[in-house]
Amino acid sequence: MSTTNTPDSRSSREKAPAGERVADWADGRLGIYSLAKANMRKIFPDHWSFMLGEICLYSFIIIILTGVYLTLFFHPSMNEVEYHGSYVPLQGQLMSEAFNSTMHISFDVRGGLLIRQIHHWAALIFLAGMFVHMMRVFFTGAFRKPREVNWLFGFLLFVLGMFTGFTGYSLPDDLLSGTGVRFMEGAVLSVPIVGTYLSFFLFGGEFPGGDFVARFYSIHVLLLPGIMLGLVVGHLILVFYHKHTQFAGPGKTNNNVVGMPLLPVYMAKAGGFFFLVFGVIAVVSAIASINPIWAMGPYRPDQVSTGAQPDWYMGFSEGLIRVMPGWEINFWGHTLVLGVFIPLIIFPLVLVAIAVYPFIESWVTGDKREHHILDRPRNAPTRTAFGVAWITWYMVLLIGGGNDLWATHFHLSINTITWFVRVAFFVAPVLAFIATKRICLGLQRRDKDKVLHGRESGIIKRLPHGEFIEVHEPLSQEQLHTLTSHEQYEPAAIGATVDENGVERKVKGSEKLRAKLSESYYGEESQIAKPTIEEYKEITSGHGHH
Amino acid sequence: MKKLSARRRHPLAALVVLLLALACTGGLYAAFAPAGKAQADETAQSLAIDEGKKLYAVGCASCHGTGGQGTSDGPSLVGVGAAAVDFQVGTGRMPAQQPGAQVPKKKVIYTQAEIDQLAAYISSLGAGPTVPTEADYGPDGADIAKGGELFRTNCAQCHNFTGKGGALTHGKFAPDLEGVDPKHLYEAMQTGPQNMPSFPDTTLSVQNKKDIIAYLNAVNGDDTESPGGLELGGLGPVSEGLFAWIFGLGALIAVAVWVAARTAKAKKS
Repeated sequence: MSTTNTPDSRSSREKAPAGERVADWADGRLGIYSLAKANMRKIFPDHWSFMLGEICLYSFIIIILTGVYLTLFFHPSMNEVEYHGSYVPLQGQLMSEAFNSTMHISFDVRGGLLIRQIHHWAALIFLAGMFVHMMRVFFTGAFRKPREVNWLFGFLLFVLGMFTGFTGYSLPDDLLSGTGVRFMEGAVLSVPIVGTYLSFFLFGGEFPGGDFVARFYSIHVLLLPGIMLGLVVGHLILVFYHKHTQFAGPGKTNNNVVGMPLLPVYMAKAGGFFFLVFGVIAVVSAIASINPIWAMGPYRPDQVSTGAQPDWYMGFSEGLIRVMPGWEINFWGHTLVLGVFIPLIIFPLVLVAIAVYPFIESWVTGDKREHHILDRPRNAPTRTAFGVAWITWYMVLLIGGGNDLWATHFHLSINTITWFVRVAFFVAPVLAFIATKRICLGLQRRDKDKVLHGRESGIIKRLPHGEFIEVHEPLSQEQLHTLTSHEQYEPAAIGATVDENGVERKVKGSEKLRAKLSESYYGEESQIAKPTIEEYKEITSGHGHH
Repeated sequence: MKKLSARRRHPLAALVVLLLALACTGGLYAAFAPAGKAQADETAQSLAIDEGKKLYAVGCASCHGTGGQGTSDGPSLVGVGAAAVDFQVGTGRMPAQQPGAQVPKKKVIYTQAEIDQLAAYISSLGAGPTVPTEADYGPDGADIAKGGELFRTNCAQCHNFTGKGGALTHGKFAPDLEGVDPKHLYEAMQTGPQNMPSFPDTTLSVQNKKDIIAYLNAVNGDDTESPGGLELGGLGPVSEGLFAWIFGLGALIAVAVWVAARTAKAKKS
């Protein structure tokens, strides 16, 4: 065996391989060796739903890349110009330079339209991805300690994403987005006392003025994406720091993570997944048109079109406005436009309702422990029911936002739909809550039944005395563990109201409320006691009737 | 004069006078009577009116009244003009199938000749807008861009940016304008059918209407190209959002499931 090539025997004058030298150089200055050593073997569990966040991250990167390309050609100016580009039905029309340059990007810049469509489709998918990612985290209880801050980071990313999207959608200064900006101006104006001042401040004078495109441009390309980038980095650092959660299963505990190491397996998968995401978005963008500003024409405050809706993530605010009765009161010579102001108040409440939920739950449970094992949604019926009720609420408002299209496509009266949404706004979440909770409890009973009696095999057996029975196959030890590993809380009771000396203490209202909520979360009505070992032994020992 | 007076008792004098009188009357008649063609037209017109009246009695009178005066089920047709009839019957909206928020477009059951006869009858009840000609709505001399501006100013509120249609109150709607005959577009603007306001020549000139028709043909016609790919109905962000959720995110989740299912597995010993 030749030993001349092993590093040990290499003469000191011989040079190390190039890669090693680069690594040495970098390590001496950046200390990457210890960093890499600590993190290269970071373990990530494998589950498709853990990749939803990746979809968001990659579409965000795609948005930044395509956005940079678009800034090379876009002129954020509202100077009036006459159109002389290659789209015939707008020839000779007056428009802002912003619209003109977007037309130029769409028709006369090489690849411009495709890049624009990738940018816009990726934005819609980014927001949709964040929505689904957030719901995954919510329904599995991944927001529990220690991840509450990261939940808030994610929530902020979603909200900032909404506003980045809105400002970007407004930049081309087309008739659709101009109507959206006008809508926003109306909402700002409805704020009592300061509304008009805020509007003049925002638009630099009377709407639309000559400033808002340039201002929205700075907000869209600099301010909001800058904050979002910081939050994304923070979000990822926290994911690294907390380590990823995992579903219950054999060998998986609250103190370990079972999965694949970051390098090489996870890195290869994630890198490949980036290109798959890019590919899918590029295909969608090549197939389907989005925001065809040439069909909408340039914005003019005296024109408006039917079917003027915002992008989907702002749709619920559109719904709030559309279904709100046009109330208006006159207070001491000042008009209060409640028909717009109330939706403006509810708009953040819809979002905040879901953002603060983790804190409410941790207060109710009083649980200060760390949780790294995910819940199955059915095992937290009240939480799951709350989440479904929230989604129902959100969807009802989306129906309200598209009420005209529901009317034309399903041959309904738009007034009927509006009334349906008004009622459903209050009723549908409650119904969804009740139904979801019942379904969760039903699924818990089914799990219990499976554990105790095994899986229905579909094999019907006839016994010698004529009775028919279905053969139930017992579950494997792994399946039994997975189905029974979740813990069940006891409802928190109000502690003793009389101390050892017989002195009565005052029970605070919050304490009572908490006990009540806890009862509704974990009382007998809200969870099915999971099978005990004794129950299991009794049934499987042969004394049972099977 | 002597010669004349000497012969006035001639046996043929009466004949001559008669001939002269006849020639005079005939000449005057020939000079002042309507032209022969007009006379033939009049016959055809009255024939058309008669035929139209018969068709009217069968297909329309139950709602619009026996003389077009209108009933509680249908408006008076006096003065609506031939253009309104040509539009309503020519697009199949009339005769109506059933009362409702709005009478929808359906299969046309009358031939153009019959529609013309109905139109002749209705316009005989009172003057109204006439059926436009190719010169009014044809593409010659139309300014598409100007038409677009006019469309966005006057029509898009109900019919959407490129005439894809939209909802009105209580089940009424502004229909999609794709594939609508230019003549019918013109007549609709002229007469304002059902829930649509009318745009007479004093509001939108003939040239304006021509421009709008040319614009619609360019952006919502049979040969319209969509530079960005599938149009998704041209309905704006709602259909785009649905597409992004179902096909965009749907495909990505499918890919995620696929990637997650193919993982490096520990080899079984």
